Amino acid sequence: MSNGNYIASKAVSGRSTWKFILSELKPKGKLLTPFNIISIPVILAGIILIVIRFWKGIGSITNLTQEVPWGLWIGFDVVTGVAFAGGAYVITFMVYILNMKKYHSIVRVTVLNGFLAYLFYAGALLLDLGRPWNVINPIIGNSFGTSSVLFLVAWHFLLYMIAELIEFSPAVAEWLGAKRARKILSGMTLGAVIFGITLSTLHQSGLGALFLMAKDKIHPLWYSEFIPIMFFVSSIFAGLSMVIFEGSISHRVFSDQISETDHKAHKNILHGLSRICAVAMFAYFTLNVLVFVHEKRWGLINTPMGYWYLTEMLGFVLLPMILFFMSYRKRNITLIKAASVITMVGIIINRLNISVIGFKWDAVSHYYPSWMEITVTLAVIFTEIWIFRWVIRRMPVLRKAPGWKDEN
Amino acid sequence: MSIDRRDFFKVMGVTGVSLVTGNRLSASNAPEEKQEFYGILYDSTRCAGCQGCEFACAQAHGLPAPSFEDLPVAGTERKADETRRTVINAYQTSKGEAYLKRQCMHCNDPACTAACLTKAMLKNPEGPVIWRGNKCMGCRYCMVSCPFDVPKFEYHSPNPKIEKCDMCFDRIREGLMPACAEQCPTEAIVFGTRRELLTEAQRRIHNDPGLYYDHIYGEHEAGGTGYLYLSAVPFEELGLNTNIQKSSYPALTKGFLYAVPSIFVLWPALLLGIHQATKNNNDNEDHDE
Repeated sequence: MSNGNYIASKAVSGRSTWKFILSELKPKGKLLTPFNIISIPVILAGIILIVIRFWKGIGSITNLTQEVPWGLWIGFDVVTGVAFAGGAYVITFMVYILNMKKYHSIVRVTVLNGFLAYLFYAGALLLDLGRPWNVINPIIGNSFGTSSVLFLVAWHFLLYMIAELIEFSPAVAEWLGAKRARKILSGMTLGAVIFGITLSTLHQSGLGALFLMAKDKIHPLWYSEFIPIMFFVSSIFAGLSMVIFEGSISHRVFSDQISETDHKAHKNILHGLSRICAVAMFAYFTLNVLVFVHEKRWGLINTPMGYWYLTEMLGFVLLPMILFFMSYRKRNITLIKAASVITMVGIIINRLNISVIGFKWDAVSHYYPSWMEITVTLAVIFTEIWIFRWVIRRMPVLRKAPGWKDEN
Repeated sequence: MSIDRRDFFKVMGVTGVSLVTGNRLSASNAPEEKQEFYGILYDSTRCAGCQGCEFACAQAHGLPAPSFEDLPVAGTERKADETRRTVINAYQTSKGEAYLKRQCMHCNDPACTAACLTKAMLKNPEGPVIWRGNKCMGCRYCMVSCPFDVPKFEYHSPNPKIEKCDMCFDRIREGLMPACAEQCPTEAIVFGTRRELLTEAQRRIHNDPGLYYDHIYGEHEAGGTGYLYLSAVPFEELGLNTNIQKSSYPALTKGFLYAVPSIFVLWPALLLGIHQATKNNNDNEDHDE
């Protein structure tokens, strides 16, 4: 074949790739599903609110005050959302580092979930920045605030998104039928995984370390020098609970994508994950008890905040931990799902207790999120689910990869 | 002659910089005058609550002049906000009515500066902590970190600024005093180097122990602040937070930040090691099955 012919065929295939992508952009499936009927108005309302926010300032749609500068958008979207995205580094650790092949079938969907979570929650962060056009300053190097924990977290968000994109990229290559690219990209997986786990360790704990300087502002039951370690340990079971929760929904909604063997293996996977959750929660609970006893905090218990602390620790850590242990012994899937939901609620409560509820708990006026802040948060989550669904329906995430991938 | 810690770090710093940027060194090689932190001594016993400092501050920084209806009255706490960098409050104390001025404390080792990921908050060698709009991305982490709740944010602007006292940094550079210190008719606000002001405060307490409460607020609070306070009564009666820790706030994150490089070196090696070790294990298992 002459050189000219080769280039021509390349151009044709290039054009057809674009045609393919364009055709894939069209929606598949029914338009009027219950989820669409709820999510479309919320997303539209969210867009309007975001326009108002950039036009009139952050205060026009949020209830933030000079004393409470971080509200729902940071406390829930970023701090809680990232904890839930922790499943990706735990699962890749198990599959690629510990070589637990059993969990291989959920790697892609977990990494996709993690990547989208970071993409959207870091995106939501831009809404909360007063001067977002300066967001490149800590990246391009004209002013490195290296003594800042937030500097570390910002860089890690960026690098980790790249690492997760590399981890997920073979699925994109398979979707586009790019065999050569797939080979190169999947060769980078192990490196990306190792880099990604290291980054996750540091920024999951870094999100907790952000609050270390707010020593006098956070309720003493939640403040300790061990916040970074607490955040890291809890991100393990927060992420895995999310994997369990998302997995059980995906297996119902996208059942057409999942092979019979994967479907059967899923129960086994859930049992394994529930055991890891139970052990991680045991470590987390023990750590909390140690800090509580060591810092002699008995005097704080008999107060409203003390009862709230007990509710969190007993109702949303100890109880789901026991459920996870029981479900493993009884091999009960319903129990696992219930435990994962309680755990997730517990994580939301814990992250909000540190960043919002327990922050300036003694102030005269308290911060409550406005309905507009909540709407924007919901719009962000719904948009993420839309993208997630779009990718699942097109790329080999839940379904088996095309046969050609093992050719080489 | 001995070399002290400060000089040692300076030499180390110069050496480091010279390794990076060869020819820009000429300036820093010149014998440098030792720059001391400037500060302000505020003596509550001398303050008449006239709000002259508030007016001078508003004028110097182009902010709206204080309203004549909003006077300091004991029982109500006026707060600095995005339109005023300093406020005078009145308090009913055990020794009668007294006033207290609030503004940025200009910490020696400020939490806001350590928090800032773009170095928009900057502690100058002259002492003032200033905010630089061209760097700031508006994340408000400085507000979360500041133990005195000083930085204020313009929530209702599409191009919001952080407002806080900058000790009139521009005026100091021109050799002038901060506007409030220049304005104060009773010399309750005194500008000088922090060292001189500490000596002066100690002298005042020593000379009139009956008048003063024996504590200089800001000498050790938050690891030492540029603003120093004297008063006739314990400072909690004047609304100041006396539970502030006596060491610097950025030290609280030091342990975490020091752990970062070690984890960055150790983790990948460890993970790769585990990967290699378990790879062989699994192969064996697969054969067994």
